[in-house]
This record gives sequence, C-alpha cells and structure tokens, in this order.
Amino acid sequence: MSGFRATSGGRFDRARRVSFTFDGVAYLGHPGDTLASALMANGVSLVGRSFKYHRPRGVLAAGAEEPNALVTVDRGPGRITPNCRATEVELFEGLVARSQNRFPSLGFDLGAINSMLKPLFPAGFYYKTFMGPAINGKAKFWNRLFEPLIRRAAGLGAAPTEPDPDAYASLFAHCEVLVVGSGEAGLRAALSASENPAVRVILCEMDHDFGGWLLADPTGARFRDEAIATLRTRPNVRLLSRTQCFGLFLQGFVGLVERVTDHLADPAIDAPRERLWQVRAGRIVIATGAIERPLVFPDNDRPGVMLSSAAHILQGRYGVLPGRAIVVATATDAAYRTAFALADGGARIEAILDRRDHAGERVRAEAEARGIRVETGLTLLGTTGKKHVTGVSYAPMQNQDLRGPSQVIACDTLLVSGGFTPTLHLLSQARGSLRWDEPLSAFVPDKVPENINIAGLASGDFPPELRGAALGLLPGNDDKSALAFVDFQNDVTARDIRLATREGFRSIEHVKRYTTTGMATDQGKTSNINALSIAAESLSQSLPKTGHTTFRMPYVPVTFGTLAGAYRAELFDPIRRTPMHDLAEKRGAVFEDIGLWKRAHAFPRAGESVKAAVQRETRTVREHVGIFDASTLGKIEVTGRDAAAFLDRIYANPVANLAPGRCRYALMLNEAGFLIEDGIVARLSDQRFHITTTTGGVGKVLHLLEDYRQTEFIDLDCFLAPVTEHWAVIAVQGPKAREVIAPLIEGINVAADAMPHMTIREGRLTGVPCRLMRASFTGERGFEVNVPADFGFFAMEALLARAEGLGGGLYGLEAMHILRAEKGYIIIGQETDGTVTPHDLGLGWAMGKAPRDFIGKRGLARPDLLAKGRKQLVGLLPDDPAVVLEEGAQIILQHEPSTGIAAQGHVTSAYFSPNLGRGFALAMLKDGRNRMGEVVTIPMPGERVLARIVSPVFLDPEGRALHG
Amino acid sequence: MHFSFLSLLRQAFANHEGWQPYWQQAAPKPFYDIVIVGAGGHGLSTAYYLASEFGMRNIAVVEKGWLGGGNTARNTTVIRSNYLWEESEAIYEHSLKLWESLSHVLNINVMYSPRGVMMLAHNHHDTMVLKRHVHANRLAGIDNEWLTPEEAKAFCPLLNIEQNIRYPVTGAALQRRGGVARHDAVAWGYARAAAALGVDIIENCPVTGIRRGADGAVMGVETGKGFIGAKRVGVVAAGHTSVLMEMAGVRMPIESFPLQALVSEPVKPMMPCVAMSNTIHAYMSQSDKGELVIGAGTDVYTSYSQAGGLHISQHTLEAICELFPATRRMKMLRNWGGIVDVTPDRSPIIGKTPVPGLFVNCGWGTGGFKATTGSGHVFAATLASGEPHPIAAPFSLDRFRTGRLIDEAAAAAVAH
Amino acid sequence: MLLIPCPYCGFPRPEIEFRHAGEAHLMRPEEPASDEAYAAFLYERENPKGIAAERWRHVHGCGRYFNALRDTVSDRILAVYKPGEVRPEVAS
Repeated sequence: MSGFRATSGGRFDRARRVSFTFDGVAYLGHPGDTLASALMANGVSLVGRSFKYHRPRGVLAAGAEEPNALVTVDRGPGRITPNCRATEVELFEGLVARSQNRFPSLGFDLGAINSMLKPLFPAGFYYKTFMGPAINGKAKFWNRLFEPLIRRAAGLGAAPTEPDPDAYASLFAHCEVLVVGSGEAGLRAALSASENPAVRVILCEMDHDFGGWLLADPTGARFRDEAIATLRTRPNVRLLSRTQCFGLFLQGFVGLVERVTDHLADPAIDAPRERLWQVRAGRIVIATGAIERPLVFPDNDRPGVMLSSAAHILQGRYGVLPGRAIVVATATDAAYRTAFALADGGARIEAILDRRDHAGERVRAEAEARGIRVETGLTLLGTTGKKHVTGVSYAPMQNQDLRGPSQVIACDTLLVSGGFTPTLHLLSQARGSLRWDEPLSAFVPDKVPENINIAGLASGDFPPELRGAALGLLPGNDDKSALAFVDFQNDVTARDIRLATREGFRSIEHVKRYTTTGMATDQGKTSNINALSIAAESLSQSLPKTGHTTFRMPYVPVTFGTLAGAYRAELFDPIRRTPMHDLAEKRGAVFEDIGLWKRAHAFPRAGESVKAAVQRETRTVREHVGIFDASTLGKIEVTGRDAAAFLDRIYANPVANLAPGRCRYALMLNEAGFLIEDGIVARLSDQRFHITTTTGGVGKVLHLLEDYRQTEFIDLDCFLAPVTEHWAVIAVQGPKAREVIAPLIEGINVAADAMPHMTIREGRLTGVPCRLMRASFTGERGFEVNVPADFGFFAMEALLARAEGLGGGLYGLEAMHILRAEKGYIIIGQETDGTVTPHDLGLGWAMGKAPRDFIGKRGLARPDLLAKGRKQLVGLLPDDPAVVLEEGAQIILQHEPSTGIAAQGHVTSAYFSPNLGRGFALAMLKDGRNRMGEVVTIPMPGERVLARIVSPVFLDPEGRALHG
Repeated sequence: MHFSFLSLLRQAFANHEGWQPYWQQAAPKPFYDIVIVGAGGHGLSTAYYLASEFGMRNIAVVEKGWLGGGNTARNTTVIRSNYLWEESEAIYEHSLKLWESLSHVLNINVMYSPRGVMMLAHNHHDTMVLKRHVHANRLAGIDNEWLTPEEAKAFCPLLNIEQNIRYPVTGAALQRRGGVARHDAVAWGYARAAAALGVDIIENCPVTGIRRGADGAVMGVETGKGFIGAKRVGVVAAGHTSVLMEMAGVRMPIESFPLQALVSEPVKPMMPCVAMSNTIHAYMSQSDKGELVIGAGTDVYTSYSQAGGLHISQHTLEAICELFPATRRMKMLRNWGGIVDVTPDRSPIIGKTPVPGLFVNCGWGTGGFKATTGSGHVFAATLASGEPHPIAAPFSLDRFRTGRLIDEAAAAAVAH
Repeated sequence: MLLIPCPYCGFPRPEIEFRHAGEAHLMRPEEPASDEAYAAFLYERENPKGIAAERWRHVHGCGRYFNALRDTVSDRILAVYKPGEVRPEVAS
C-alpha cells in the first residue's frame, strides 16, 4: 500500500500516473481517479470549510450528493469554476484545484472563530440583530456596516471575473426509452428495452463510467461489462456517460447535460465544454438508485467521518482506503459489507457500532467469523479530534435511555450509515408524488406518471441489507451539547431545526427557509430526511404530516453557459439586414438597432460628425433630393373578393371607397380604441391591396389581421401574404424626386397630373418590375420605389447615381425623423405609447364622417377616451433656439416648481432643424390644442427651459411641397 | 420578545430556549370585523396596518397553505419606485418609504438593501422611454438618474458595455434607493407583528366559498375549518384571485401566468446592484448569501402549475450571459415558478368590488413584492373605512369600464 | 415545453411552433353595448384553475388559429378543435 492506495483492486488505470495540485501542493493520482479519491489516496482528508462556522470538512460522499468537498478548479483566465464537487472532478494531468471559503489557508482559517461564537449564530440569528439604532427611521447600520460584512463572509467560491472563453453545444434528440442511471437496474432496463431494434434507447449516466454501484462491487463487474458490451453492439442504443439528467418536464421532455472536456488535460480547441441534450422520450426509466444518509450526533462532521457507501466505492472502485483504523457506525447491514470489504483491502476495523439491537443474521455471523468487534443497541455521543477524527464515543441504550456509561473508541475514520433514501427528485419534477414508507423510513414513489417507470433502488424496493434507519438526532444527545450537523454545507444543526419549530415554524417549507437546511449546493441530498425527522419529532407530529419540500429542477447545478448555448454576440438574436445594407455600409453608414434590423442612422463623410451628417442630409432632402432605404417597413398584400371590405373593418379609416391606383394614410386601433399602428393602404386593383406597417409592427399586425380574418370576419373572402422581405423599398424624397426617377421608370406616367400624391402604379424601373408609390413621409414631393428584394441594391445604386447628379444623396433614419417631425407626422411608439387615440393626435379626420364600424370604434366611445383635458399632440419651440429638448422630458406650468407636482405632458420628439434653424419638439400636452401660444416650463437637471406651445406642423402647413 | 443583539446574547446563554413563536397557530373565531383571504406579504401587511394604524383588532388572515408560501416566497425581491405614471409613482414611492424604516418598525431585520436598481437601455427607443421615466420621477420627487454606459459600468463593473454584443448598452436609468430585501423575513415579520397585536393567522385553511346575504352583501367565508363570518372580506390572493372572486360571482380582468426565477450557486460578492434589461429580457442581483438571483418575464400561457418551460429559463440565461459574460461558468442551483396575476394595464386593482363588503387587492403581476408595504397600508385604510385610500383610488376596478387605465405595460421599461 | 397537436397539421408539435392567443369563445357584445358589457368583453377573463378553453395559432406552421382545452393545473392539452366547432366535453 502506498499512502492509502491498496496494491490491487479498483477500476482505474493503475499503470499511469497523473500529477495535480491542491492548494498549491503537488500530488500524484491515476487516470480514472476523482479528485476526492486521489486526495484521499494521498492522505489528504481536510478538503474544505463549511459555510457558516468554517468547520474543517472532509469528503463525506461519493458523488453528486457531496456537501463538503467543494473546490475551485482553475484552468486559467476565464476558466475558473467555483463550487465543483471533488467527488465528481475527474483527475487529469495538470489539474489545479483549490479549497474555498477560508482565509488565509485551509489549515488555518480565521473564519473558524465563528465556530467559537456559535451560541450567537443559531438559525435565523440575522433576522434578530444587525439592525443597529434607527437613523431617521432607517437601518443604516445594516446597510453600511453589517450587510457588507455578511456579504463578504457569505458565498462559497470566489466569483469569476473574466468572460468564459469556452463554447457550449446543444442538441435535440428523440427516443422511445430514456434510461437515467446505469447501475444494475438501469442496465437491465436498457438491455430489455433495446432488444427491439425499432426502439431507440438513450442511457445516460452522470459518472464518467457506466455501472453505478457495480463499479465498486467485484461480484457485479462481469454483468456490468457484458451489459455494456451488448449495448454497444446495438445501433439503436446511445450511451451517454458524464451526462446528468437534471430535469424532467411535461410530456417526456428531458434536460441532460453532458460534460465534454472538463476531464481532459488538453481539450480540442473546437470542442464544447458541455453539451445540453434536450430529449423527447416516449418513456423514461428512472434508475437513479438511492443515497445513504449520515447519522446525526455531536461533531459528526469531522474530516474522517464518511458515508459507509462512499468508503465502499472508494475502496472498491479506486482501491483507496479511507483510513487504517476504522469504526463503522450503522443502522443497516450494508455497512457491515463495507467493513468486510475494507478489511479485505487491508484496513483494521476497530468496531462496528450498530444503532439497532440486532443486525441481520448473515452479516452478524460473518463479522463474528472475521473477529470484528460488534456492539449493538447503542447511540453515538460524539467524536474527538480537531482537523481529523481521532475517536468516537458511544453509549449503550435501552429503549430511549442510556444503559451505561459512554465509551470511546480510537479510530482515524468513522463510517456512518443511517439508512438509504431513494433518489426521486426527477419523479417529483415530473409531478409524480411520493409516499412515506414507514418500514423503510423513506419516501417512495406513490403516483407515477404513465410515461415513467421507476427501477431498482429508486423504486424503494430495497434488498434486506439496505433496510434499516436511524433518523434524526440520535438519542442521548440534546441541544446543549456540541453541534450535531444535519445539513453539512449550510451548517444546519439539529438544534437549529428544533429552534425553528420552537419559534413557530411548523411547515417543513418554513423550517427549510428559516434554517436554510437543504438549500445549499447539494440541495439537501443527504440531509433532507434527517431534517424532516427532527422537525416532525419536535412538533410531535408524524413525518408525512410535516411533509417534504418540493424538488425543483435542476437535480445538480447546471452551468449557465450550457443553458445559454451558442446564443451570444451576433447569434443572440438574428440580425436583419436590408438588401441595400452593403451599399449603405460602403457609403459609411452608422447603423442603429431597430428591433432585429440594422438601419442606417446617418452617412457621415470623412471628417464629418454624425450630427453634422444628419443636418446635411436633412437639408439635402428639402433643397434637392434624398434617397432612403425604407425596406424595413412592414408590407402585407391583401387579396380577394372581400379584401376592401376586410380592410374597411380593420382600419379606422374608410378603405372600401379607395379607388384602384390610390393610397391612403391609415390608422389601426386596438379594441380598446388606442392607436397601435399606422401605414399606407394602397389599392392596386379592385381585389388587391398593398399595405404597409411600421418596421417593428408587421409581425403583430399580421397576427392580428389573421386573427380577424380567420376567427371573426369569416364571412369575408380574402387572403393575407406577408411580403416585407419580397420588396426592397427606396424612398426618393425632395423637390427633385421626379427628376431622379423619371428616366429610370418604364410604363408609368409619373407626371404630376398623371400620378398625383397618394397614388400607386405598377411598371418597371431599369427593366425590373416595380410598384411605384407616390407618398411622402418628409412633406416633400416623394416616391417610394418597391422592387423585388434581389434588385434592391442595384435599384438603389441607380437611383442614388441619379440623385447625386442632381445635388442629392443618401439620408438616414435620423434625418428622416427630423423631416417628418418638421411636418408633425407621428411615429408609433414615439408620439404614441399605447394610451393615445387618433383624436389626441389631431387625426380624428382619418376616421371619416360616414357611419361605419371598425376595430376600436366602440372602445373609442368609452368615457375616459372622450374626456376633456386629454393630452394632445402639439409643437414646442424652446425660447432659446439653440436648445434641443430631451425626449421624455416633462412639461409643467411656467411658474410651477421643478419637483413635487403633476406633469402637464411630456416631450415625445425633439431635434435641431436645419430647415427651421432652431431646436423644435413635438409633445403630448394636456388640452394642448387649446393652449397655442402659452409658454410652459421643461424642468431639466439644474435648469428650467421655457418653450412656447405651437402647432405640431412646423413647415409648409398647406402641404404645397407634397404636390406638383 | 424584542429582537436585538442583547436579546440574542441573553438567549445565547439560555441555549435559545426562551424564544417565542413568531406567530401562534390560531383557531378561527365565528366572526371577525375583517377577514383577509391570503397570508402572503400583502395580506399580512394589510392585517398589520389594520391593527397598528387603524386600531382594528378583530381580524383574521386565512391561508390555504403556509403563510408567505406563494409569490412572497418565490419572487426575486426587487424594490423600486421608478414607475412612469403619477398614480404608480404614488403607490410605489409610498411603499419604498415604508421599506426604508420597516426593519425597525417591525423589529425584525428584513434586510432591505438599497443597493440601486439599474435599468439598461440598448437602443433609441429604450433611451427615450427610460429618460421619460427619469424625468417623470424627478418631477415627482423620486430619485432616478441617467447614466452613460461608462457610468453604468462604474456602478456595476460586471456589466458588459462592449460594442460587439448584439444589443450594446446605450445607457441606464439608476434608482439608487431601489434594491432588494429578504422576502421571507418580510412575511414572517408582518405575521409576527400582526399576531402580537391580536390578529389571528389561520394557516392550512382553504377558502371554499364566499357567503353572501339576501341583499347580496358579503357575510363571510366558507373554509376548510368551517364558516367564518365577517363584516368585510379582503381578497389578497395573487394568482388565485380569479378563483376566489368567482366564488362571489365576480369575473375579474386578471390572467394568471407562470413567472420563473432562478438562483445560482453562492459565490463571493460579484454583483453590487440590481440590473435589468427589458430589451433582452432579464434581470439579476446577488443575495446576501451569495446566490445570483435571476428572472425575466412570464411564460406565454396562463397556468396554475407553478412550473414553466425550460426554454424560458434558457432565454433568460442567454441574456444574462450576454450582459454579464463572467457569469457563464456559474451554475443554476434552483429554478422555480410562481403564479402571477396580470391585469390588462399591468397595474394593480385595489378596492371595492361589485359585491358590498367584498374588497380586492390583486393584479400586482410580476412586481408585487416591492409594494408589499404600501399595498397593505392603503388596502388597510380602504378596508377600515370602506372607502378607497386616495393612493388606492385610481387603481379601482372601475377603470376598466371607463378606460382610465394606468398603463405601465405600454410605457414600461421592464416587465418587472 | 408543451406538445400541441395542430388540428390542421396533425400530430403533436413543440410549443415553440405556436403562439398563444388568449381565452377562446369571447363574444363581442351586441351593439349598442353598455360600457360594462364592453369592458367585460375587453378585459374580463375566466382564468380558470382547471380546464381552460384557449386559442393558439400555429404561427410557424399552417398559420391557422385553433382552440384548445388545457388543464391549467397540469398544463396538459386535453383537446384541440377548429374555430366555430363546439367546445368538446373532456374530463380533466
């Protein structure tokens, strides 16, 4: 034996060695080791410090249930992972691991002073103190002094500070049968399900190797190896190791996480660190086994105290003995088997201390045959030692009373077995229910959803040797004595749970929250039943009546990155680009995010600021002509015999009377009567309309229109086709707009009288089919050229070349905003916020005079929408022409104070206009249309800006520029 | 027993044997002046203020499960008052002021921690909307300030303000007085203080009916523990409001949606404030215990299952990893769902119902925790006098008839 | 993630192909409707704890709206049917 490693046995690569460091000290281990097994092989038993008292802790368990042995694994910058369970960290060459929650070192931790102050730190102590005297009624001591201290003391591992450079993958899979867990029951389930080659089977195992308990049990190795070999030959079977099933959802939807590279010394550069499997399984077999429970008695947490089953695995699988002089304290026969296995491995079994009066016949006989001292009918009273257990004290019991004086047995390891709990978190997640089984002292499956089977130990079908239990605080101990831990990681003791019940917390959910039991990173896998048992006893009520807490996803903590997957940076959300995006880019566009779209904000030239570019572009449109990419506008084609009737009900404007070839600016209301969308309705022919929506609104509008078409206006015969991506749109706006397009257009007479404002024609532009709309969102003479998207780039190039020849050029979104605001044209989402009616905006005329019904009409007639004093759209001119108001700024009466009063309204749009030579704004203002000329105040930080209320139409109120 | 360091010290020597229950288990009396249905934070605070400020002692709070076990136990504890409309500002600021002194008023450390709530903008529209909030709040005397991306980064160093992310941060609105509190302590603290004033808290007592007299007025509630008579009944049942009001024949403008939240494993301090983004749908803070507390908007369909879809959590974490790339290696420890009662305008309903004597306080949606204090206070005033408290008055059920909505949804910066 | 059978496209498909569209069978009140009646149509919802009749749209499929009965406690879809069809009787 070298260190604690036996010379034979185990399932790891004995021939090769790997080196690793823990807290800076170099050790050797073997491939196939976990960090926990390798540390223990090296005789390292102190591996962590507890959350509250900073008690020294060693490895307690063997897998995901480990509460104590949490380490930080450091793989370099950005790759530091806190709170890894050493029992699951696979050893690889160069592994760097560190202990946590200690200062300055694991061996000497100043935080351990908390342990001496433990009488001050019972459950919930922080609710009762740390408030300090109130200062102006406020708990300033808490905020300034105590909370920062507590925050620094809390937390386990250090927080990562740098971006994680690793990649995470995601896969979807389908199968007829998913088996969770590859112990004997899982393997048998997978073998039998996969006999039929048409049945796709996925077997997932959280460990790096298949077999579960069989890996630790030499007698099971052959079955395990043959089963795996058979499964590997079956093409309908997928075997996933290092794969944790963390969540069961509705209808057979399952979440798995596969650890792909964390165990590799030198992972491939393109390999993902972890992979999320989202599986839809016809049937799920839960074969997750059972977890052993510790015994609750004073100082039951010293390094060297370990679950019996964990020691068995350590020896059977890794060839490591947990110690040399071992005491086994148990309430099950299974721990006897562990003692025998360890004895065979070379350890000395000092004694088996059996809580029960009688052990099973077979193990008793074997212990006798081996000459192992067995004491029965006793209780444990404590352990000795500091950073490692040196002895255990016990006393014989008769019924609930001590029968004799306490005795101490010296040892270097104490193995405990308080019984087994079926692992049923997944069943609980899948909304199955659990039932308390008194003989077994465990929750077992009760109602199981029809698509789920429970196999093996998880079903509660325990072989006799696993039966038996010692729940709760062992008798002979009371609250006054030393700490008897229930939840090791969160330092919750039996005393804490009793205190909680004494303070009136009677529901197990309250007890859990008050004491924090079961809320640590292990989520109480080893502690919940003991906590429940102590609470129930303390409340003098049955355990099932006390209830159990709900198990929530995930079974083990899951990396954020794995759940987020590849959806980051440019893949976070799709990017939508117009067909002319490259042209804009080539022309130096600065882009802006509008929904998913990238839109050109402005086109600054070399040496020109964005602001200056916007001003130049705005002027260019008014003076010459501008070219604008309007492709992002939503477009829907509405066809059919009743298309006109349909749109007539949808829009607040009458549409039925629109002549073919004509366009109309139209408003869409919701049922409540508020304005939600605007756009142009163009009638191409009797039964064909081309309608536009806002950039962001088209999805919503189509959804809404389909809703009415399919479910309410079913008497109407019409069809909707989303054509946003079909048409590229180039707005040509300005006095020279016609000059730009005329030479390029074929088959359309674009003369002023032949194609007046608000008309649409079909023809060709440089040979390409084109829908040409005479429309303007700038107040200038304007055309909107629609060409099939594939031709958008070339059409825009051609139009731009023409425009530039005439002194014009490109303009961006910001110039467009200024141009429309100068004309008082609203933008949905800017002037409106879901609470604005057409009347509020001065657009009441759009609804026409003739009586007709449309969506929102009844809503508009509700009292508050007709009330006097509603906010109305106005213009604002700051006294100082250089001032540009801030959008969102509030408006108050001229002489009102700057705080503590109600607003009169707010600024919705504000710009500097080169055409007006001053700053100007649009605003929504109470009773605004009756207040023209009034001066109001806009309070800004440190100043008060005065502005005069004016008409929202700042330029060309008669609209002359539109025509001709 | 008064909570203080001294009492803790004294009890340390007495082995903590002397602590009294936070509240006693009460058996229902046949009749109360007021019965409150629902012992969540809002119901308990209502009872507490009825007893402490309005001198009413014959009060019961009935709860079908364990108190504070609904959304009080399931929320992410964000507290702020930077709402847009004046009506909202009034009630949330009223609440915030009560939070500031709550630990001392209730004599329990509710750990109210005004560490700042930062709302992120990612585009022109966000900026406009958040600035509108900033201006509106300042006018109302509520702190809210605009930060440049660099200032936001200085306030929250974990935040990614690089331009290479899909939606770069363009600025943020910061309410420094906003923050978080310890949700359980709030429920327990109100329960303890109310019980000390004689309020009966009756757990495990599901309400199965609302009894009305011949005149239509409420007479009391049928429960699992028998009929309990009452002059006035206040329903404060969050996601189950529709179910309870249906018992009185009242159909509500409420839909109940799952709202998921999650926490990470605990780590040392990394996140100094609350940060939220509406555009990319997520928010995050860090609890005193060290867990990152994360949430987003509701699932898309109504449900009473207290569970949601994995894809919703995934989307939330995508957003968190995008905004805070150093969190990608963190691990999700627990994920859970609450049932939130959502109104058409995302503002609560507080006050009278068509049934005389029956009052309701509901519709807090995804953000009710922050109003636990003020909601209870104004509802207590309303229940005591039978007429709405001035702050509660705009949140009447009648607003849905007149159209005078308080539409925080339309103008909302965030879902929370 | 729910599996939803589209009554037009058949067999169950993942929830993300669909868009939830609120309570089914809401009827616009006959005009002239009172403000109360109109408010009820606009805002009041059954919101049952139990079987809900609701609308979905197979937005990433056939694009059609349809009705579904879903148990809001278990989230299980119990039946789907086309608009205009009578709400089927189901046991939860």
